[in-house]
Amino acid sequence: MLQASVVADRLSYLDWNATAPVRPEAAAAVAHALTIAGNASSIHRAGRAARHLLEGARACVASLVGARPDEVVFTAGGTEANALALRAFSDRRILASAIEHDSVLANAPGAVRVPVTRDGLVDLSALEQLLAADNRPAMVSLMFANNETGAIQPIAEAAQIAHRHGALIHCDGVQGAGRQPLDMRRLGCTLMTLSAHKLGGPTGVGALVVAGGWDIVPLIRGGGQERGRRAGTENVPGIAGFGAAASAATADAATWATVGMLRVQAEDRLAAIAPDAVIYAAAAPRLPNTICISMPGVPAATQVMALDLAGVMVSAGAACSSGKVRRSHVLDAMGVPEREAECAIRISLGWSTTAAEIDHLVDAWGALYARTRVSAA
Amino acid sequence: MTGAIARRPNAAPVYLDNHATTPCDPRVVEAMLPWFSEKFGNPHSLTHAYGREAEQAVEQARAQLADLIGADPRELVFTSGATEANNMAVKGAARFHRQFGKDGVVTLATEHKCVLESAKALERDGFRVAVLPVGRDGLLDLDVLARAIDDKTAIVSVMAAHNEIGVIQPIKEIAALAHAKGALFHSDAAQAVGKIALDVGDLGVDLMSISGHKFYGPKGIGALYLRRRPRARIEPLFDGGGQERGMRSGTLPVPLIVGLGQAAALAKAEMVGEAQRLLALRARFLAGLRAKVSDVVLNGHAERRLPGNLNLSFPGLKAIDLMAACPGLALSTGSACTAAEVEPSYVLRVLGVGDELAAGSLRIGLGRFTTATEVDFAVDTLAAAVLRLRAGGMTSEAAGIT
Repeated sequence: MLQASVVADRLSYLDWNATAPVRPEAAAAVAHALTIAGNASSIHRAGRAARHLLEGARACVASLVGARPDEVVFTAGGTEANALALRAFSDRRILASAIEHDSVLANAPGAVRVPVTRDGLVDLSALEQLLAADNRPAMVSLMFANNETGAIQPIAEAAQIAHRHGALIHCDGVQGAGRQPLDMRRLGCTLMTLSAHKLGGPTGVGALVVAGGWDIVPLIRGGGQERGRRAGTENVPGIAGFGAAASAATADAATWATVGMLRVQAEDRLAAIAPDAVIYAAAAPRLPNTICISMPGVPAATQVMALDLAGVMVSAGAACSSGKVRRSHVLDAMGVPEREAECAIRISLGWSTTAAEIDHLVDAWGALYARTRVSAA
Repeated sequence: MTGAIARRPNAAPVYLDNHATTPCDPRVVEAMLPWFSEKFGNPHSLTHAYGREAEQAVEQARAQLADLIGADPRELVFTSGATEANNMAVKGAARFHRQFGKDGVVTLATEHKCVLESAKALERDGFRVAVLPVGRDGLLDLDVLARAIDDKTAIVSVMAAHNEIGVIQPIKEIAALAHAKGALFHSDAAQAVGKIALDVGDLGVDLMSISGHKFYGPKGIGALYLRRRPRARIEPLFDGGGQERGMRSGTLPVPLIVGLGQAAALAKAEMVGEAQRLLALRARFLAGLRAKVSDVVLNGHAERRLPGNLNLSFPGLKAIDLMAACPGLALSTGSACTAAEVEPSYVLRVLGVGDELAAGSLRIGLGRFTTATEVDFAVDTLAAAVLRLRAGGMTSEAAGIT
């Protein structure tokens, strides 16, 4: 039983950037794969059945990002994939944008931080200068879209700059994959991180896609699975769900235009209610589903709790670790004043989000805004 | 003999490879399925109901798993499986204790590849790695171990129950020897958890690796037991959002964790009776086979082994021919990780089994869903194949199998 159901008569899930509901196609693929007993490395019939599912899913995931199946290395998730990418190239000079996910920044503690503009986009001229300042082999880690603001980074342009300086590009594509076309060769990326549960697959699965035949030093060693790049018995049901979700997402591209319309309507209505509210990265190209907005004077934790009581689920930023609401390093890097950043929440939509859920959000957020303005007056 | 095979013309092969992986118990699947669909929250999203519901499920599963091994729930770190847990334990303990001047790693030549490969990686980083032999019965000689550990040993890693030959090492005594020299003790218990009684307090292990899919839980999930008092300190394998008390970053896979918890609860409730049932089935298998076929060699200690395990050599025959002659049986020669190589098991070599005999060895893993009827069918099928091949019947070359 959901606890909130005792206080709210309806629930609207608007925290898709934390995790997305599993797509029905993916849930069916997982349920089917759970009935297959074999270990994908076993050579008997049960093992071959598991291997068949594994390789089918690998092809689906590869096609999501325009890669070859043998370039896909399955991992336990996006965090492990980011760690694998950054640690495999730790002999290079690493540059990472200041708004990368913790799983990038924590695995490259010595990384040079590339600043971002006020709009939340990586500063390309700063990137150029930082690369030009040091001629050691480098790798640039730049996310496709930011998890808090939804700002879509100029990956192709950054890759051109990087390549001019002999640097590789690693792209954390976790928030972009399945929501935007994402062809890693067209973008010029050598490495791409993916997470199943952000695109409607199950949790516990992700991938690092390694283009161009680069060798990677494994993080987890053992039985030689994944061509020696990631050991451990393959999570076949999870991987099958990932493949099904990737296929469904590819086929579902038109839905994201609808999601984008809902987002724009939501932003217009919230801004009309609260003229002093700020929407971040508003001038940047953004994911169709992400709104990062502040309600001045009302701490994010207060907003999130009030919305939760009303049955609307949003977040105060990334969902990782403690659940504690802490200052956003993303808004900080964009130069948002601390007092204002403390009042920012993240609202994220998905393919099944309805207009009624947006009404629910606008009503609840509007009611809170009205209450706080009265009490402030 | 053909009659035996004809009894199951189109049926799925009898699954006798329960060391490679086990079928997910339908009760586990049932517990997991809602968490794949309507209950999808991120357990770290504590600001809303979906997240809190997921977090509660994770903590309940953690308690179920802790209960199975006598641990405090806070001592369990969820990982993607035992391979990750073994990498984390061996590399993490060695790397952490290097700052205190400890540079030794002690393990066995019969360990799983993921422990041996982790040890090799440490050796390349300058650690002293001692890889100890075992006796012909697969058991570690404690005197050999005592001589190998010194006061600069960071970690000793010994598997609790073996994945190929099923032998159960004297874990409690090994832990005591490690502790006497101030070393941490890690045990890869992937094959043992849920099959035999294991109590971390009684055994004295500091770190212990657990795999979900080896005891009827899902693939893609496992755990590392990490002692709190005295604290077993290790370096994480990788960093990120700081989940699992900073030891293992990444969004927790709630459905898999729920499945692991359920598998632990079932194992706890059913282990004693199930072990007896498997012992009886194993005795039936071996006696039945030996009644029909002479010269069947049992590898590994006859009694101190997992209830469902047999590792048998058939002198003069090749395992690949035997498996090809038994399409109705799902068998293996050894670890699935290296099964595709179909070469004699390195484990049997360490035991001193000659190459020729090792090449004629099969691993048989009976499990929760193995029935007496299946055992009888397997014995008939295998015995017929052995007799036919010994009489100069079909070989892998003749059958066109390469």
